[in-house]
Amino acid sequence: MLLGETTLIALQSIRGNLFRATLTMLGIIIGVAAVITMVALGAGAQQAIDEQMEALGGDILSVSSAGFFSRGIARNQQTLTTGDALALAQQSVSFGGVVPEINGRRQIKYGNKNLNLTVLGTTPNYADVHLFSIATGRMFNQSDDSARRRVVVLGAEVPNMLDTDATGILGKTIQIRSISFDVIGVLEAKGSSGWHNPDDDIWIPLSTAQFRVTGSDFVETISIKVREDSSIELAMVDIESVLRREHKILPGADNDFSIMNRKQFLDTRQEATEIFTYLLAGIAAVSLLVGGIGIMNIMLVTVTERTREIGIRKAMGATNGNIMLQFLVEAMVLCLLGGGIGLALGIGAAYIAAEFAGWQTQVSFVSVATAFTFSAAVGLVFGIWPAKRAAGLDPIEALRHE
Amino acid sequence: MGLLAGIIMDKSQNVRMSPDSLPDYLTEAIICFVDIGRTYRMGSETIYALRSIDMVIKPNEFAAVMGPSGSGKSTLMNVIGCLDSPTTGDYWLNGRLVSEMNDRQLAKARNQDIGFVFQTFNLLNRMSALHNVEVPLIYSGMKRKERHERAQHALEIVGLADRTLHRPLELSGGQRQRVAVARALVTEPSILLADEPTGNLDSTTGREIMSLFDDLHESGNTIIVVTHEQEIADHARRIIRLSDGAIVDDQPSGGH
Repeated sequence: MLLGETTLIALQSIRGNLFRATLTMLGIIIGVAAVITMVALGAGAQQAIDEQMEALGGDILSVSSAGFFSRGIARNQQTLTTGDALALAQQSVSFGGVVPEINGRRQIKYGNKNLNLTVLGTTPNYADVHLFSIATGRMFNQSDDSARRRVVVLGAEVPNMLDTDATGILGKTIQIRSISFDVIGVLEAKGSSGWHNPDDDIWIPLSTAQFRVTGSDFVETISIKVREDSSIELAMVDIESVLRREHKILPGADNDFSIMNRKQFLDTRQEATEIFTYLLAGIAAVSLLVGGIGIMNIMLVTVTERTREIGIRKAMGATNGNIMLQFLVEAMVLCLLGGGIGLALGIGAAYIAAEFAGWQTQVSFVSVATAFTFSAAVGLVFGIWPAKRAAGLDPIEALRHE
Repeated sequence: MGLLAGIIMDKSQNVRMSPDSLPDYLTEAIICFVDIGRTYRMGSETIYALRSIDMVIKPNEFAAVMGPSGSGKSTLMNVIGCLDSPTTGDYWLNGRLVSEMNDRQLAKARNQDIGFVFQTFNLLNRMSALHNVEVPLIYSGMKRKERHERAQHALEIVGLADRTLHRPLELSGGQRQRVAVARALVTEPSILLADEPTGNLDSTTGREIMSLFDDLHESGNTIIVVTHEQEIADHARRIIRLSDGAIVDDQPSGGH
């Protein structure tokens, strides 16, 4: 009932002291803008990690032979074979898919175009496990693999690199190291995962790669998808026991393979990002707090300045509650106005960071709501003491105040 | 003086009056002071601002309270205006016991029953005359439209219909005091309380304001004026003289 009138009075009083009100609001403006920007940056970084996790499949373990350390020396010998992959596939309790792969950069020729691309030799379930889908044509199948057929599936970007498009190249022949391969499919674009863009790769069946390109049955990596109802830790133990048995490693001896947990890697990054976000948001919150103290300071000055007005209003029938509400609303109006301006600035800053610095940012409804709640709360917390002081003034004293 | 006799009788019998069976002098009167005292503590000293005041103000009275400074005039006004509470005694305002009211009830009494006119006008300088007059109505919770009409009407009564949107600082002293009178009238209070209403005005403007009070009295309002000027007090029909916190003289006056 009185809230509308009170808000009007508050706005009038702010307009009467516009310069001072603006200076006071500056603290809140900067605080809210900082919180919004920092949270937007944090959420953006978080989103980037989530997207990577999505693209990679967070529940995939990679077993590789390359680059393990033994007595402080980096060894680089091939130890994993197709047999290991089969043995792992047979232990299917906790594995949703076992995908062996070899890869290397090879010369590709199509028409008069020459390219040097990563050629991936793998099994047909690679697309499923690594969450790729076919845009045009088909993925190679088990019989292509067992028959060592010379078929190839191209990454989404590859047709462009060869000056054609997906439908144009389907059914045509390309040369990999002067061996002809039929193009049977083109993949859907997936985007870069940070250090490698899978859209630039081309895929051939594993047996074809081993028989026609490398000439051995070694594989470089075996990706293992962990079943949803199983745990990553359990799967790692399973992999280790299967491979130690296959490789006949004696108890106490070191593994000649290593298992990388992508999820763990991403989790660590996520944790770092989170800590950083909290840290920045914390610093921003401190500036909001300082802004709040500024509000309290100016409200105390206002109460002293308007002591006589308080006396008049009380003589006219204002209750202590009316007076308290008036000053509380004024503090909150200051804070919310500051919060609104700060919000606009913060969104602007996040946009600029995204546009010009190329950082991924995300202004969510939650952060906007939080900023508003926060600035209202600041107004409430820091306005309550001055408002109480105003309400508690003795009307006779207040009327005498010069 | 039948009413006072009643009070004195009740006092002598030491009877505490209950609101259900109020004696006639309480239901007839607007204001009834029974043995009102107000003391202040200043360090170890106790100052007696009011000592055992008995007083009755009936509807449509026009009373002047006079006395030298320090005689307790201001304290009396503050107690009547529900801005101050007596330390002893009973204060009945329109049949309700003020001395036992809490802050909220006091605020309501100030809003509904009392209309203040101050020596220094006490207008809100940032607001228009109209808004100033509306202030008491805001606190009584009246709707905007009705409020505007009432305030407009009150300003017409005091002769400022054409100055409603001026701010106090754009008005002359006399006009400001008229705005203050309009503000005091607008809630139709049972009593107008004027504290040295002409103290800050030149004598001509002061006379204009006093004749406004005369008119208001004639149209049925009850008025109490605190003053130290005999010329002002002469407008009243009753003069109450205070000295040292006690009533020393209370007589009808001829009016002007």
